[in-house]
Amino acid sequence: MAHLLSLAPPHPGGATGGPGPIHGLDPRGRVLAAAAFAVVVTGLSSLPVLALAAVAALAMLPLSGLPPGPTLRRMVMMDGFILVMLVLLPFTTPGTPALILPGGLVATREGLRLAAEIALTANAVILMLMVLVGTLDPVRLGHALARLRLPLRLVHLLLFTVRYIEVLRAEYDRTRQAMRARAFRPGSNRHTWVSLGQLVGMMLVRALERSERILQAMKCRGFTGQIPLLDDLSFGAGDRLFGVLFALALGCLIAMEVALVRAA
Amino acid sequence: MSALLELDDIHFGYPGQAPVLAGASLALGPGERIALVGANGTGKSTLLRIALGLIRPARGTIRAFGQPCARETDFQQMRRRVGLVFQDPDDQLFCPTVAEDIAFGPLNLGLSRAEALRRVDAVLEQLALTALRNRVTHHLSGGEKRLVTLATVLVMRPEVLLLDEPTNALDPENEARLLAILQALPQAILLVSHDPAFRARLVQRELHLAEGRLGPHPHPR
Repeated sequence: MAHLLSLAPPHPGGATGGPGPIHGLDPRGRVLAAAAFAVVVTGLSSLPVLALAAVAALAMLPLSGLPPGPTLRRMVMMDGFILVMLVLLPFTTPGTPALILPGGLVATREGLRLAAEIALTANAVILMLMVLVGTLDPVRLGHALARLRLPLRLVHLLLFTVRYIEVLRAEYDRTRQAMRARAFRPGSNRHTWVSLGQLVGMMLVRALERSERILQAMKCRGFTGQIPLLDDLSFGAGDRLFGVLFALALGCLIAMEVALVRAA
Repeated sequence: MSALLELDDIHFGYPGQAPVLAGASLALGPGERIALVGANGTGKSTLLRIALGLIRPARGTIRAFGQPCARETDFQQMRRRVGLVFQDPDDQLFCPTVAEDIAFGPLNLGLSRAEALRRVDAVLEQLALTALRNRVTHHLSGGEKRLVTLATVLVMRPEVLLLDEPTNALDPENEARLLAILQALPQAILLVSHDPAFRARLVQRELHLAEGRLGPHPHPR
């Protein structure tokens, strides 16, 4: 978990990623572009077009100012979640045998194709998401989602998570320190499991009570379910240009897909 | 007289911030009671955590009971003999009931369940807290929580007691009760407290923490 978190900005709400050209674009445009890309790419089925989409996402990486190494490592981490499926698919999909493993396991041509399709789709989409949306700091993302008319509850959930995840982490760290101060050393035994279970349970109880106190304090300041968002989003000429270019690129992907499917 | 706990030339800074400690040194002898005094944010709590190896200093050495402590295994040994009462009782109490929370330390020391529970009952009696034995820690009052955290540490029978703002949020009655308990303890005590009256009645010596270093209190009583 720690290595996943370590890529997060040191201060939640602070800017993420370097000063790439993408940084100046309006967050709403970036969120919409990433969503459109995801919809189009999941609809593609011919492998060359999918590969082109993945290359396009990769080509956007330098524009984002994200460090290539850690970003690609994060993408590979996502692959870990679908790895089992990718390995099993060739052996479970019926079709023409392409490869026979010792022990009688048969990998089919259709299965291999399906696995490649899913791997390309997932990686292209996740990479584009990281480039366009992952470079937004969480607060700006929240503002963009609110302005895109997403349910306010979801936006508040995101903004409160950003605000309080550090508080919770600090509380967890202090309690773990207090446990160590009382000579606790985790091991594979009942005492450890019970103690860690109680730690998690107590964190949940405290978080719940804290949330009630926060709500009470917000009500004292006149909260009625609306948080006024102070943002300075503006959709300018650069954003329009980006939108048009991005839409053209997506159009090209669709046209190639249609042409290839007809030819087949 | 050899010191129970010795900190020498401790340097420490939180990442991205100005250094908190810059050459702090301190020695606590058997039966000695010392108070650390200093403004908010001068690193008093940090120093206590460093003493137990919960955070590591950038520079400086820590000796406990004559043994140098450098690695986690050294500190694991010394934490069995040095108790720390945290500033916020909620950081310390995490088990559902008072008895379970007090038994946590003795179980970590390797005692059997029965022995641990015997010790729990003994310490509850010593602190006159037996009525709280089966209460839910989360529902205790602030004063009760404070006394229970003291019990969770005393039950391990430490030789040194580090107290971080123990009178925080205590009413006068509970404060007097805490003071009486602490005065009767034989342990060496290192106390962090902003309360001059409380310090005056508990400790023999005060050290002032300012600009990352410890020195004699500039305004002795």
